[in-house]
Amino acid sequence: MDQSLQLVGEHPPLPLATKASAAAASLAALGFVVMVLSPNPPASLGWICLAVLIVSVLVSLRPILSEPAGIKNHYIMSASSTRRGVAAWAMGVFMTGFYVLLYFYPATLRNLIVWVDPIKIAISGESAIGSDGSVSQWFLYGFLYTVAVLVMGVRAIAKYRHSRYQIIRTLSVMFFQLGFAFLIPNIMLALNQPYYEWTNIWPLRYYEMFPSEVTHLANSGTVGITMLAWGIGSILIITPVLTYFFGKRWYCSWVCGCGGLAETLGDPFRQNSSKTLASWKLERWLIYSVLVFVFVTTGMLWANHLWGFLGSASGSFAKAYGFLIGAIFSGVIGTGFYPIFGSRVWCRFGCPMAAILGIIQRFFSRFRITTNGGQCISCGNCSTYCEMGIDVRWYAQRGQDIVRASCVGCGVCSSVCPRGVLHLETGPTSTRRMVV
Amino acid sequence: MHIVIIGNGIAGITTARHIRKQSDHQITVISGESDYFYSRPALMYIYMGHMEQSHTEPYERSFWEKNRIQLKRAWVSKVEPQAKLITFKDGSSMDYDTLVLATGSQSNFFNWPGQDLKGVQGLVNLQDLAQMEANTKDVKQAVIVGGGLIGIEMAEMLRTRHIAVRFLVRETHYWGNILRREEGLLVGRHMAEHHVQLDTETQLKEIVGDEQGRVKAVITDKGEAIPCQFVGITAGVHPNIDLAKASQLETKRGILVNQFLETKDPHIYAVGDCAEITDEQGNHRVEQLWYTGRMQGEALAKTICGARTAYNRGVWFNSAKFFDIEYHTYGQLLAQVPDWERSFYREHANGKQCIRLVYRADDQVLTGMNAFGIRYRHQVFERWLQEKRTLGYVFEHLEEANFDPEFFRRFEEQMVHQYNRMDPNQPPIKLRKKRRWFLGVGA
Repeated sequence: MDQSLQLVGEHPPLPLATKASAAAASLAALGFVVMVLSPNPPASLGWICLAVLIVSVLVSLRPILSEPAGIKNHYIMSASSTRRGVAAWAMGVFMTGFYVLLYFYPATLRNLIVWVDPIKIAISGESAIGSDGSVSQWFLYGFLYTVAVLVMGVRAIAKYRHSRYQIIRTLSVMFFQLGFAFLIPNIMLALNQPYYEWTNIWPLRYYEMFPSEVTHLANSGTVGITMLAWGIGSILIITPVLTYFFGKRWYCSWVCGCGGLAETLGDPFRQNSSKTLASWKLERWLIYSVLVFVFVTTGMLWANHLWGFLGSASGSFAKAYGFLIGAIFSGVIGTGFYPIFGSRVWCRFGCPMAAILGIIQRFFSRFRITTNGGQCISCGNCSTYCEMGIDVRWYAQRGQDIVRASCVGCGVCSSVCPRGVLHLETGPTSTRRMVV
Repeated sequence: MHIVIIGNGIAGITTARHIRKQSDHQITVISGESDYFYSRPALMYIYMGHMEQSHTEPYERSFWEKNRIQLKRAWVSKVEPQAKLITFKDGSSMDYDTLVLATGSQSNFFNWPGQDLKGVQGLVNLQDLAQMEANTKDVKQAVIVGGGLIGIEMAEMLRTRHIAVRFLVRETHYWGNILRREEGLLVGRHMAEHHVQLDTETQLKEIVGDEQGRVKAVITDKGEAIPCQFVGITAGVHPNIDLAKASQLETKRGILVNQFLETKDPHIYAVGDCAEITDEQGNHRVEQLWYTGRMQGEALAKTICGARTAYNRGVWFNSAKFFDIEYHTYGQLLAQVPDWERSFYREHANGKQCIRLVYRADDQVLTGMNAFGIRYRHQVFERWLQEKRTLGYVFEHLEEANFDPEFFRRFEEQMVHQYNRMDPNQPPIKLRKKRRWFLGVGA
């Protein structure tokens, strides 16, 4: 017997329903490719593909629902789709490809934009296709994004239905995505008001505090001023207050759209985040660099706006930020590589909003994850399923509270713990046990 | 000083880590089982594909070099205490100044006819797991013999591969030598929900093989022949003392040590599952839990580093998970009811959550608790047990001990209600509610 062998449980034969739904989902994905490539595809093809995708997700819930509620992470480590196999790479390439087209070649997605345009017109009263033939891809993106959060949210609820914390939290991200990130901004458009995503706070939505956006809102009447005040209040008042009381989770795993997608569409891939000390080091370098980058960019734009002395330099900075961070990091890498690097690459290594929330959480918050005395068996489920790559076990086995800037408070470590050791708690900041 | 530790389980590794924290001694940890320390209770999760083997290793692989703990992969064949010499199976040898035996446990096999057939096995180490992977290939029916924690884990593992499971236990309910009837029945119902057939008051008589020497059925003491292609033997474990015996150390059930984990040889200690501890009162005990292995290792490291420390396990605690139902226990709660003891039991209507508090009849002081499907805080119950709190006090403050996640339904109010009805002559107790700080989130 080879005793140095890396053991992992062998996957039992998949139920027919699972196989069929995976095949159907692949066909539907292919259908979207056909749709993009065809000269003039019927809108019904898009609807059929979308319907097949949704139904295949729902069918894949059958094995989950046929068992009593509880953690059933069976054979995640031996499935191609969830453990960086061929299926995972295929999904990664597909999603990354979509993001590249979306950000850099939106005209190629024209057929899809036309497909959802009737919905856009119904909600916002305007078309994504300009009179000059130009197209805007952002409604399509918002529509697909919201569908993904809702459908995969249903899946997450089914999977974690033994936990009321998980159910309520998942409903919350679904609610905020559907209402505050998708419907309300589009309805505001219909009411001739500025497009404004209420829950997308600067510096995550980096251009919100750029002079162009601020002046645009300031010149859009009372509603615009309200939006501006809301935006400033969000980062200066709401964020510190709520983070003090609840930790950064109030935003990152309850409200934020990026977090919402990670907790729903990204949930099947959470185990792929790296837990090494090296990646923790990289995380701290990267995320605070991005934070500095966004501050410098915003500052330069304002300096140029007010005093005009930076000329085109500030504009280039803003362009560079938008390209490198806004598009490549948060979109192409952050979401496109879900199946390979896990669901929170952007939130962990890049998001400047998460950086700010993290600093508050680390130093000025009542939030911590407590450990239940000596009950830890060091099994590793908590660390394995931490999407932020925190080695939760390292703290749990020594009976230390987990107080980490990156923890988004999703609560999955507590859910998967087979010994009831981990508990997301709030209490006086001074009672956090950070040294044992 | 060169300290050699044989066995890289929780007891051996905790000893090594804590010696390193306190000293600069040279440390070598020897294991025949695995290159790196891993979490033994997590074996089941490897089989079920929740984790890969590397996920079950609590420390990054660079940790050992960084902490100057030398790891050696080898089987030891013998120890010569006079020469302070270890000989390995390959013939090579190693000197030591201090030796720690942390050789762990082995599965109990009670000389059943057919127990050596292919497809019959226990589950305590990585080799067993690899064997189980091979043995359960294309298996349709399995029988598990002996109803404890490893048995139900094995049942859960097999069910993820859609293998039909019959579970033979000697007692009238699951884990009858530890759990009382209500709790045993609760777990039994949950097993049924997972399609595990529990055969109570049933013992294994014989295992029958086919022409290839592979198991094809078991025969019970009731004369029933149950067809199966896999038999899990989970009727407890015993200390692995083969090496100690071969080295002429004093052994009984385990390697005999005092409460300082010292053997008669001043340079040899035993720690963890393999140790049989004689305490001050002369009672012998073998403790085969993850937690006791860890605590013994902590105590032994102090002793080896010069601060001779008796192992004192403190207030008893343990936990487990039976499929989806978590279990916490604190204090002494035995299957046999002592005559001085009274018991409070409340089961939720869903039949999956319950609590039992046992207390002394004369002064109502809490002596132990079991909780199923509700998480309770270790530190709080430990404190209450040490402070000899009465049942009334415990109920009044029970919410303080609740460790369930936020938004979970709480049942303490109902428990207190039931407690108040026990003795209508006593003034009713009121549950102290936690301060709700902000939007209902507790302080």
